[in-house]
Amino acid sequence: MKRLLSLTLLLSIFLTACGAAATPTPAPATEAPTLAPTDLPPTATPKPAPQTLTVFSAASLTDAFTEIGAAFDTANPGVTTTFNFAGSQALRTQIEEGAPADVFASASGKEMETLVTGSFVTKDVPQVFLTNKLVVILPADNPAALEKLEDLANPGIKVVLAAEEVPVGKYARQALDLMDASFGTGFKDKVLANVVSNEDNVKQVVAKVQLGEADAGIVYVSDVVAAPELKSIEIPTDLNVIAKYPIAPLVKSENADLAAKFIEYVLSAEGQAVLARWGFSPVK
Amino acid sequence: MNKLREFFRQVFGEGTSKWIFLLPSLILLLFFALPLTALIYRAIAPDFFANTLSKQAFQALKLSLVTSSITTLITVVLGTPLAYLLARWKFRFKAWLELILDLPIVLPPSVAGLALLIAFGRRGLIGAFLSNIGFSIPFTTTAVIMAQLFVAAPLYIRSARIGFAHVDKQLEESAYVEGANQLQLFYEIMIPIAIRALASGAILTWTRALGEFGATILFAGNLEGVTQTMPIAIYIGFERNLGVAMALSVVLILVSVILLMITKQLDKEEE
Repeated sequence: MKRLLSLTLLLSIFLTACGAAATPTPAPATEAPTLAPTDLPPTATPKPAPQTLTVFSAASLTDAFTEIGAAFDTANPGVTTTFNFAGSQALRTQIEEGAPADVFASASGKEMETLVTGSFVTKDVPQVFLTNKLVVILPADNPAALEKLEDLANPGIKVVLAAEEVPVGKYARQALDLMDASFGTGFKDKVLANVVSNEDNVKQVVAKVQLGEADAGIVYVSDVVAAPELKSIEIPTDLNVIAKYPIAPLVKSENADLAAKFIEYVLSAEGQAVLARWGFSPVK
Repeated sequence: MNKLREFFRQVFGEGTSKWIFLLPSLILLLFFALPLTALIYRAIAPDFFANTLSKQAFQALKLSLVTSSITTLITVVLGTPLAYLLARWKFRFKAWLELILDLPIVLPPSVAGLALLIAFGRRGLIGAFLSNIGFSIPFTTTAVIMAQLFVAAPLYIRSARIGFAHVDKQLEESAYVEGANQLQLFYEIMIPIAIRALASGAILTWTRALGEFGATILFAGNLEGVTQTMPIAIYIGFERNLGVAMALSVVLILVSVILLMITKQLDKEEE
């Protein structure tokens, strides 16, 4: 009796182990139709098989894509869109290391190109679906009393940027190069000397400024829409950098049709309107 | 071959239930061993030493060693009296105090980081005052040490408390009879007897401080040479240069193995 008990115990451990191992991989779409007829009478209209779409998306898109995802799910019954929001460079690495994703929306062409080179994305398939530009943000009470771009070089102020590998971090440094040429050499070095932290994604920069831990940060214009209490200093067009966001389905996606549908939705008038509402510049 | 057959007979043979223990153990052991082996296997590439000796890796290693050592030192200086008091004194709310001290061990480090930021940030409870008199803690090496102290010190306090509690009460009484005072008792009886528990607690704290990530990135941020410790360099390196991240991971594994071996040895001598 005791042996039997331990046997069942062991078996159940095994089963749970197998079950747990199976959950993270999204069920392949092909399996669903074969299962559906067994639990439905043949005459009933088949309910749409549940499908999950996994979108890896740049952190700056957090609010806009959450809204687009909800609208897309409503328009497509049975579909659940899940997002992984992080710095585009982190998402790119995760995809390279085999993370299961259906769609990649990047804040920079560079990360997308790397995936094309690695055959994770088909060449010429990525499409630019929005543009974005930079802005300087300050805490609501502006503790360092910054008024113009030149003030970023004031000694002793605390500036937070995204790390160089993060798209917005790279764009910010490009913008500082342009300002350096305009305001006089040494400007960029002075600003970089004020940098107290290189954050992992744009939302972390926003959070540090929101909390008042930093006196200034360089983020996207769209981030200010999501955090309206922040003060900001505009960066004129000739000193600004335009970020072009590409989107593409992944070669290894098991939901290719759904991925194409999602991208189509993002590029549709409805999708572009949502993006515009969150402060991005639509391309259509 | 015969040996193998003998092994299988012993494990799976009639009337033996060894496999009930062996099989689950093996699954779990493989689960731990495989990822670590895979990491080491991939890290040991021709550029391993170049990666380990890169400026970023070296700065992170140095910062990690310096901050975790300071954390351990502060823990021992402040934590030893606290552990002694918890082990030997009787007072009200002691159980609550112990609970508070054990909390950081089980709390997610991100909670610790957020709590530190809320307390010591520029807008924080204490931070606002400090900021007014010219001190700002976030984004500094001090913040790194505070984050480590918060999550790692309780390990030492716990170990030291148990060590002190195990000292024979009779020894204490006879010392008093001999005319020893509190301080003499502490330094000449308690510390020497509990020394192994103190040492292994200190090493545990040191290892934990070396590995601290969540509280640090929230409270101290990421700046090379100032707040970028090894775990943070690994996290950031994961996105820029996987080679550096893997090389640093292997270094961290090695250091941790050595420190754990020392604690193991200390525990053995204890018995």
